[in-house]
This record gives sequence, C-alpha cells and structure tokens, in this order.
Amino acid sequence: MATQSPTPGVVPRGARRGWAALPFLTPGTLVLALFVAVPLLLVTSYAFFERGRFGGVVYTFTLDNFVRLADPLYLNVIATSIGTALIVTVLAVALGYPTALVIVRLPPKWRTIALIAVLLPFWTNFLIRTYAWILLLNNAGWINQGLQAVGIIDEPLKMLYTQPAVIIGLLYMYLPLMVLPLYSSLSSQDAQLTEAATNLGSNPFRVFRTITLPLSVPGLLTGCVFVFVPAMSNFVIPELLGGGKTVLIGNLIRDQFLKARDWPFGAALALVLTILLIALIFAQQSASRRVIEGPRERKVKRDA
Amino acid sequence: MRSSRLIRIPFWFTYVFLYLPILVVVIMSFNSSANLFVWKGFSLEWYPTVFANEAVMTGLRNTLIVAASVMVLATLLGTLMAVGIHRYTRGGLVRAFAIAPALLPDLLLAVGLLSLFSLLTVTLGLHSVIIAHVTFAMAFVTAIVLARLASLDPSLEEASRDLGAGAFRTFMRVTLPQLAPGMVAGGLLAFTLSLDEFVIAFFTTAPTTPTLPIAIYSMVRFGVTPEINALATMLLFVSVLAVIGAQRLTRVTDAL
Amino acid sequence: MRYKAVSLLATAAIASLALSSCASGGGEEAPLDPDADLTKQSLVVSIWADYSPADLAETFEAETGIPVTIVNHATNEDIMGKLTAGGDSGIDVAFVSGQYAQALNEAGLISSLDKALIPNESNLYEEATQLAYDPGNNYSMPYAWGTTGLCYRSDLVAAEPTSWNDLLTPAPDVTGKTTMLATERWMALPALKQLGMSVNTTNPDDLAAVKEQLLETKPTLLAFDDTTFYTKLVSGEASLTQAWDGWCNYGIAEDPNIKFVVPSEGSDLWTDTMTVLKTSKNKEAAMAFINYILEADVQSWVAENILYKVPNEAAMAAVDPAILEAYPNLQMTPAELLKQEVIVDVGEFSPEFTKLATEVMAAG
Repeated sequence: MATQSPTPGVVPRGARRGWAALPFLTPGTLVLALFVAVPLLLVTSYAFFERGRFGGVVYTFTLDNFVRLADPLYLNVIATSIGTALIVTVLAVALGYPTALVIVRLPPKWRTIALIAVLLPFWTNFLIRTYAWILLLNNAGWINQGLQAVGIIDEPLKMLYTQPAVIIGLLYMYLPLMVLPLYSSLSSQDAQLTEAATNLGSNPFRVFRTITLPLSVPGLLTGCVFVFVPAMSNFVIPELLGGGKTVLIGNLIRDQFLKARDWPFGAALALVLTILLIALIFAQQSASRRVIEGPRERKVKRDA
Repeated sequence: MRSSRLIRIPFWFTYVFLYLPILVVVIMSFNSSANLFVWKGFSLEWYPTVFANEAVMTGLRNTLIVAASVMVLATLLGTLMAVGIHRYTRGGLVRAFAIAPALLPDLLLAVGLLSLFSLLTVTLGLHSVIIAHVTFAMAFVTAIVLARLASLDPSLEEASRDLGAGAFRTFMRVTLPQLAPGMVAGGLLAFTLSLDEFVIAFFTTAPTTPTLPIAIYSMVRFGVTPEINALATMLLFVSVLAVIGAQRLTRVTDAL
Repeated sequence: MRYKAVSLLATAAIASLALSSCASGGGEEAPLDPDADLTKQSLVVSIWADYSPADLAETFEAETGIPVTIVNHATNEDIMGKLTAGGDSGIDVAFVSGQYAQALNEAGLISSLDKALIPNESNLYEEATQLAYDPGNNYSMPYAWGTTGLCYRSDLVAAEPTSWNDLLTPAPDVTGKTTMLATERWMALPALKQLGMSVNTTNPDDLAAVKEQLLETKPTLLAFDDTTFYTKLVSGEASLTQAWDGWCNYGIAEDPNIKFVVPSEGSDLWTDTMTVLKTSKNKEAAMAFINYILEADVQSWVAENILYKVPNEAAMAAVDPAILEAYPNLQMTPAELLKQEVIVDVGEFSPEFTKLATEVMAAG
C-alpha cells in the first residue's frame, strides 16, 4: 500500500525524480511562494518593528512585541483558545467519524447526496447561520421553548452567551471540515478487504479496529487539523454567541490590526500562532506517516 | 455492507445539528415582522425585496464568479501539487508548505496580501480576491487529495506501467480516476469555502466589487433581517436544485 | 543560496514599502481646480450600511452629473483597516467617526477640505464647526452626531435609571439583563464618567480603576453587544443597555416602552464625519458630494429616516414635529450635546484601551 517513496522496480530509477516532478510541483509552488510566502514574510517582518502611531509600521528594529507576549493575559488567552479548539475537535471527531463511516457505506446514489448535504448549509452565509443559533439558544429561544413544552426542564437553560455556546457555534462551523477528509480516506479503502475480514469471521468491531481505523488515520488527522486551527482563530463566533465574554487568539489578533492599530504586536501574535500551527502540521504529517508505514515495516521485517 | 444501528445515531444527529439552524433561517424568512426575535405572522413580502436590493445582487454575482474560478483553479493546482508531493518528495517540508495556507489565520493572510498588492500597485478587484482565495482553497484540495493518495493501492499504476502504458496515459487513465472522489470533495470544499469567505475578501477586493459575505456583513449592522433570511433560503433552494440537476444529468455518482 | 534570495527579497520589499510611505507622506497637495469639469469625474463613497438615502446615488447624479458608487462598511475599524493598509483603496469619500478622522489626518491619509467648494457648510450649527477632534472642520465634515446613554425598557425596570451606576452595579431585578458596548472607548466610558474621569484620558491609573470596576460589573452582564442590543430589549432578553442614542431609536420604533436617558454623570459627544482621501483623483467631485449632503433636505431625510441627530440647523428645523415627538432624544439641542465631552483620538495611548477591553473580556 501507500508509501512516501515510489515503489522500487516499477519505473526506471532516476526518471521518477528531477524533471518529472516539475509539471506537478511548479505551478502550485509558484502560487504559494508569491501569494503566501512573500506576504507572510512582509507581515512577519512587521513583528520586529515599532508600531506607527496611526497604524502601519515604523521601521525601527525592536523585540518589544515579543516581550509583551509573555504577559499572563495573553498567555491565558492562548491557553483558552487551545482548550476551546481541543474540545471542538474532539466533538467533531465524535460526530464526524461515524457520519463519514455511514456515508461511505451508503449506496452510491445516497452517498453523494449525503456528502453534499454536509456542505449545503454552508452555501448560505456564516453570519446568517450564526444568528440562527442565537434564535435557537437564547432564553426564550426555540430549544428552551421546546424543552419546556416537553417538560424536560422548568426554568430556561442559560445557553446563549456562555462558553458552551461558543463551542457549539465553532463545531457547527467546522464539522464539515472533519467529515470531508474522513470521507475521502475512508472511501478509498478497499471494500473487499473489510468484506473478506468479515466473511472470515472477524467481528465488526475487530474489523474496524484492525483495518478501517488504521487506514483512515490520514484523513482523521487532516480533519483534526482542519477543525482545530480555524476554531482557534475564529473571532466572530466568540463575539456573537459568547456575548463578547470569551476572547480567543483570533479576537486578539483582529483587535491589534483593526482596533489598537498595533500591527507589529498583531504580527507578533500571529507569528506565534503560525509557529504553533506549523509545528502541528509537522506532527500531523509524521504521525500520519508513522501510522501507515509503521505496521507494514514491522511486518516486512518479521517476514524477512 | 451494512452499518450497525448504533453508528447511525451520531450520523442522524449530525444532520439534525447541521439543519436545525437552516430550518430557523427558512421559517424566519416568512416572518412578517422585521425583528428577528418576534414572529408576527406569515408573509412573502421579503422575497421580492431581495431582488430589488442592488447591493445583494451585485454581491451575489461577484461571489459566484469568484467561487467558480477558485473551485477550478484550486482543484487543478491542488491535485497536481498533491500528486507531485506524493510521488516525488520525502519528508514533510514541501507538504507542510503546501498545506500551511489552509491553516493560516485568515487575517494574517489578508493583511499580508493587501501589503503585497499595494507594494506591487496591483489594482484590486475580483481577480485579487480569486488569487487570494486560491491560495488557501488549493491547500485544502492538496490535503484532501493527499489523504486519498495515501490510502490508494499503487499496484494499479504499476500494472498499467508494466503493461506498457506511458506515464501520461497512466496518469490520465489510472491515477486520475482513482483520485476523482478526493478531487470532487476538494473542489466542493474550495467552492464552499470561497462562497462564504469574508475576512480575506474584505481586504483584497476593491470597494466597488464587494462579494456577498461583504454585502451581508455590512447589512447586519442592525441584526439579520427577514430579507437576508429570504436570500439565504433562495440560495439554498437553488443549490439543492443545481445538485439534483447535476446528478440527473451527469450521474455524478459514477465518479464516486 | 535560497535563504539569501529570500532575505534579499524581503529587504527589497521592506525598502520599497518604506519608500512608498515616504512618497505618500511628504509634499504639498495640488490646489483644487474650482472650474474642473465634474462630469468627467466619478466617485466611490464608503458609508455605513443603511445610513444614507437608498437613492442617494441617483439623486446626486441627477443634480450634479457626477456618477457615484456607494459602498458599505460595517464599522470604523473595518474602514480604518482598509485605509491605513497602504496603497490606493479606490475610495474617494469615507464616512468615519470624528476621532478616526483625526487619526487619518495625523497619518497623512486625508485631504484638507476646500471650503470654497462647500458653501453649504453654513447650514451647520455654529457648535458643529468647532468640535475638538477637528476645530474648524479642516479635514472632516460632520454628518450626524449624538451621545451615549442608557436605553431601557421602562416596563421592565423597577426604577428608571439615572446614573451609570445603575448599569455598573445593577439592581437585582436587572442583573443578568444588561448589556454594555464592546468597542473599547465606549466600554470604558460608563466607569470613567462614574469615577469623574475624562473619556479621553491618557492616564494608566484611570484605566486601572476602570478595569477594577468592569471586572466587578462583568458577571452581572448578559453580554457585550455593539450591534443588536436594541433587539434584545425588544425581545425582553435585556432590560437595560448601554446604547448610542440613534440606535436606541430603532428600539423605540418597535416598542414605545423603550426609553433613552443620558446619565447624570455625563457622557460623550460623538460625531460621524465625511472625509476625502488623499489618494482620490476626484477631489473636486468629492467636495461637491459633501456639499450636496449638507443640503437641508438631504440631512433632514437622514434625521427622519435614520433617526440620528444631524448637526445641520436648517435640516433639523425641517424635521417633522411628529418624529421629534416620537423620538425625544432627537430634540437634544447642540447646547445640550456640548455639555458632554467630545470624544477625540488618544493616539499612542489607544492600545491601552484595547488592552483594557481584552483584559475585561478575557477575565474568567
């Protein structure tokens, strides 16, 4: 199955590297270099300069922006953001994994419909959807009225403008980003493999644990990163559903660029966030590789 | 192969969760009160007013142009990138580089791109939004196609090459069809993300070419109105029709 | 090798940025040509959504022959982010609040106004030409003005509020049913005024005292809310909110039990203004636009439909008395407004206000 390097013996060695890679890698790399790397270098450089009085940057070198980061206030916000994003990610896996698994096993016609249905709500607008949650969650909202009508609760639950409301909003926003990569990697699994295992008498749980789960790890990890990262830096939902009583690192960065007009400090915050995220991607990539290659390599060694 | 009952509970829960707010939006679009929190009675009055709203109509057209272009470009670039990475690179560096834009805080990318565009004195417009959206959308496509590639069986490609097919032919006839689900998922995601992206579009578009999220953002200064809910309802309705139509016409399912 | 190329590129980029900012910062502007053919110019005007007549573009073009595109921004911060990012934003006329106009001017981003082309300035109240953020209206022209106070449901509060203290230390019947503004300068305002300090303070000790007060107030709040507080009043979710006078009127329009009061400790005087960007190539047309807005019938439309006070004496005189009756805060005179403190930009100190807001909002 999949390995990072090409399987030896398939193609003449040498031909695979070098020139053959160019048509694949060049266009994307150019786009990324010019429109991601250069802009980021620009912004990153701001972190080492002083703020302009009314926005922008004065080109005097300083490291003050990083010293300010050590303030417990900001460390606290970073910790809250990581905590919130983690909860959202765990919930997204709990909902998204079974969902993707069921979708993959649907008949082809329903599979497409189910897949598109995951995305469809997002063809409206994020603000509209977020306001809908305000209607659902407030004290006189639909959920409270429903629960009271059924008699489950007597007093309305205070949901809106709390931390859980922020988590619900973020989960709602990013759940599809968990389902799609999971679907993509689950659907490529060889159905015959699981079927064979089942026919040979493995119980479904064992089939899941030994075959389905390990093979879906790349999609799972991709989904986790896709959910975790934007959940950490979203700033609209904490404001609307959290009633402005919760601050995540995204709010902090936005405030520096748009409110305090302190671009250098905003850039420093963003730089820290970026470094955290890049570390996360590396971890994800190497974890994903270990999971795919690990068992096979061990097996190969044993066979030899 | 059948799923057990237990696993269907979170599956259904997911869809209820995803569609509950949509239900709210649809119902409130028929509210005769302009206040979002008060139901006064059934009314269709908001539907015609949407079409008269020039800001919304311009925004809608701009957004569709951007999202469609982004979908095509991002799927193309992202798929090539993923195949290139999968085949020709070792280690995580190029991967991380290719996927990073999906994970950058949008504000960072927005401010960076705006700085770059003003440095190069690029006139802003829909083209600058398309470029900006392609960067992160492409990263999503790359990641999804890579996940697909990682769980594919390379023996098919080997077989094709062993049987004498050239590299190009093998890629077109064997690799690409296998990648199709990843590409479709990635392209859909690219379209969806671009359709609803606000922060980057806000910074990289010209004031005269607002996208729909920008138009809506400035309209909800006083909260969401039934008119905006009516717009959202129609968007949904049209998307559903488009999906059904596409399915009838091309049997999308075959590709999956 | 590659690293060298990258660092070279970065250096070049930074150098050219620095150069371009020098180029735009220095030098005198060319004087405006009073005889310019305005029909050859066209305008892009950025204003808050629903803050001007819907047919403004048509009526302006019909009167002057200048095509104009109206675009919207949601907040001062949004438009400032765009205008201060460097380069030509493509906007000719931007509507921003007074203290932001002041900041834009000090950053060298907006033009001085050519008063010869804006004769309608004489329609303004005398008081509206000497406001502290821009005495003489050299680079900004007032469009609407007002103050900040308490907007409340008179049928839901046991006692009518009269003091900022009613918000900061709420009575048991309104605890958990109050909101405060989230934008930092206004978030600090109630506590500053209650403690007898200036809304334009640049003293860190003042903000420390404000922070202490706000940390006590936070657990009693329903939410921090800049945009939908009046709908919370209408739905009854909130019964007492900190509000801008004009926005409170949207609540009054839906529920006559909603009332507005300026607390006894005093408040601010804010002004929304029109500014012309230095990058504009249509400055003569921009002046004509500002002049058009200051016409009495245009601004009285604003007062009657947007329900904000306008600093235009001729326009206020033309407002339908029934509307003044229905929305009492429209009746505030310039003299009454000027008893409040004009809010101005605090420059270098502004991050301290942002930090205060962050500290309060992030507090457990």
